[in-house]
Amino acid sequence: MPEQWPGNTPDMVQPENNPALSRYWRSNLLTMFVLLGIWAAAGLGGGILVADWLNKYHLPGTGYPLGFWFAQQGSIMMFVILILVYCVLMNRLDSKHHEEIQSSN
Amino acid sequence: MSVQSWTYIFIGLSFSLYLIIAWRSRVSDTQGFYVAGRGIPAAANGMATAADWMSAASFLGMAGLISTMGYSGGIYLMGWTGGYVLLALLLAPYLRKFGHYTVPDFVGDRYDSNLARGVAVLCAIFVSFTYVAGQMRGVGVVFSRFLEVDINVGVVIGMAIVFIYATLGGMKGITWTQVAQYWVLITAFLIPAIAISIKLTGHTLPQVGLGSTLDPSIAGQSGVYLLEKLNQIQVDLGFNRYTDTFTGSWDKVNVFCVALALMVGTAGLPHVLVRFYTVKSVKAARWSAFWALLFISLLYLTAPATAAFARYYMIESLNGKQVDQLPTWFSNWEKTGLILWFDNGDGTMRYSAGNDNEIFRTGAVPVAEMTTIRFAHQQWLDTNGESGTDARPILRQRGLAGPDLDIIVLATPEMAELSSWIIALVAAGGLAAALSTASGLLLVISSSVAHDLYYRIHNPSATEKQRLQVGRGVIGLAVVVAGIFGIYPPGFVSQVVAFAFGLAAASFFPTLVLGIFSKRVGSTPAICGMIAGIGFTAFYIINCIFFNMQPWTFGIFSNGINPQGIGTFGMLLNFLITLSLTPFFPPPRREIINMIDSVREPEGVGPAVNIETAPEH
Repeated sequence: MPEQWPGNTPDMVQPENNPALSRYWRSNLLTMFVLLGIWAAAGLGGGILVADWLNKYHLPGTGYPLGFWFAQQGSIMMFVILILVYCVLMNRLDSKHHEEIQSSN
Repeated sequence: MSVQSWTYIFIGLSFSLYLIIAWRSRVSDTQGFYVAGRGIPAAANGMATAADWMSAASFLGMAGLISTMGYSGGIYLMGWTGGYVLLALLLAPYLRKFGHYTVPDFVGDRYDSNLARGVAVLCAIFVSFTYVAGQMRGVGVVFSRFLEVDINVGVVIGMAIVFIYATLGGMKGITWTQVAQYWVLITAFLIPAIAISIKLTGHTLPQVGLGSTLDPSIAGQSGVYLLEKLNQIQVDLGFNRYTDTFTGSWDKVNVFCVALALMVGTAGLPHVLVRFYTVKSVKAARWSAFWALLFISLLYLTAPATAAFARYYMIESLNGKQVDQLPTWFSNWEKTGLILWFDNGDGTMRYSAGNDNEIFRTGAVPVAEMTTIRFAHQQWLDTNGESGTDARPILRQRGLAGPDLDIIVLATPEMAELSSWIIALVAAGGLAAALSTASGLLLVISSSVAHDLYYRIHNPSATEKQRLQVGRGVIGLAVVVAGIFGIYPPGFVSQVVAFAFGLAAASFFPTLVLGIFSKRVGSTPAICGMIAGIGFTAFYIINCIFFNMQPWTFGIFSNGINPQGIGTFGMLLNFLITLSLTPFFPPPRREIINMIDSVREPEGVGPAVNIETAPEH
């Protein structure tokens, strides 16, 4: 069905909803990428990629080598906080988007 | 009271609780049966997800793995929690907005193809059965040690309980039972950990205890950090330092690949994904992902502490001990074959990484063969080596040095000489962990067969009543099959768990993510990507595990890639193939694009898709 291809570009779909929805979607993607960046840095970075270097240091006041701590404690705590931040930000974005749609109607 | 009477009390109480809940939450329609009527509050769904997620392997096996692997055990901790971030950010809210019953449902509708749906169904069923088999072994281990009943009787009791609440209440019954099971299992995990932490380090929080100094009365001097002491003991016995990174075959590349494969696999496991269909709204789906990880982290942040405590006790209470000094827990567990002692003749136990190690486990060796080995070893001892055979080199060669990992959690309370009710509580917790996961998986199997295969593909005109009957029938059948797995465990179960994560990572994750975040990817590229991802991952794992293929280095890594980590490459391959084929195939139809738009839109703007009136339903 090649004749349908041009008509199927995202811009042609639901034109009346589109500006608000694409603004919402862009903010959503931005939030997501920033949080995923932190996710990768804490889990894959601190816990694995630089863990051997971090292990030269200790978590202040404890017997935890820092890389070991990241792998077995720190990264998990970070993951919980990341999802919490995501919930708060997205639910706020949702209600902003909701108001935007309401006022434009 | 003895451990056994306490165990009967705890197991009796918890099982009656599950049955009462089952009776109170019985359902009469498919929406209730598959997605609990979409009425589960976010926090309750979080607890149910946590119980669903934390299996017998998490409860019994993980601390044991960390205990022998040290730093590298972190791959399981990070892998099985990090996936929830991917799940919460990339999948959960969108799947809830989509609002059907199963994961293959989304794949089939988004890619507009029953072939895609069929491939997804096969993956879901395979992943779930692999997992269920592991749970049944957990039930068997707990029953045989704590109640001294036959393993088969234990499995049948466990199956009967699951059968009742799963067929009666479907997802609703399962969810509320899982909420109860969460509390049983987390209490059972935390209480011993806290008690041991206080005993060893004087700190109430195990997480603080793990990073602090040992109690002077135990260490013999003050100011010795637990982890330092453990490192030193490990080195003395020829093991690697506990906190050292990248030791042995666990180099950086392998740790990275396995952790990533587990994370991505976690986000693609159908029994976890389907939980997000059960909440009221998109907002609730996000919150329940948060609650789920918070509840899971209670166990996952404690497991490393339990692991290190257990390692310390295990070595200190066994190594260098004479026959009459051996602790009672050792003889209790020796009966189960999970820990064995083959002396060199001096009557002193040695636990080390070298050839003088005397601690072994039965593993997959058949009972008859093990009896022969023990007999030959006894003869070897009695005749001072003139006849008989030394068992140690034989078992070492088979990779059976050291105790079985499953006993670490179950035996640690006994090692630390805690009260008998705490030990019994752990047994109830282990059962809760195994049963809750088993029931969640059985529901996925039931919905994949009854909803996706029977209703969506085979008989779309089936009535509500027929669909519910088929759903109940299939879940009942699945319970029986799982029970048979428990009674006749396939020897390869523990090895194929890598499959579950590898396949989920290589199939569902890329396909779902692209389905939500791209409007351009059409059905042919997606199906090719899925099949390539699954095919490659399955080929690698089967060859490595069953045909002794040398793990691949891809020409750039110094060590071959562990089969557990191959899912990372399977996922990349799926993404690569799907995306590179996409320009040559048509984009999805307009209806599908509208569907993607509606999935991306938050609640409150467009109405949520009503599943009964949705297109093509």
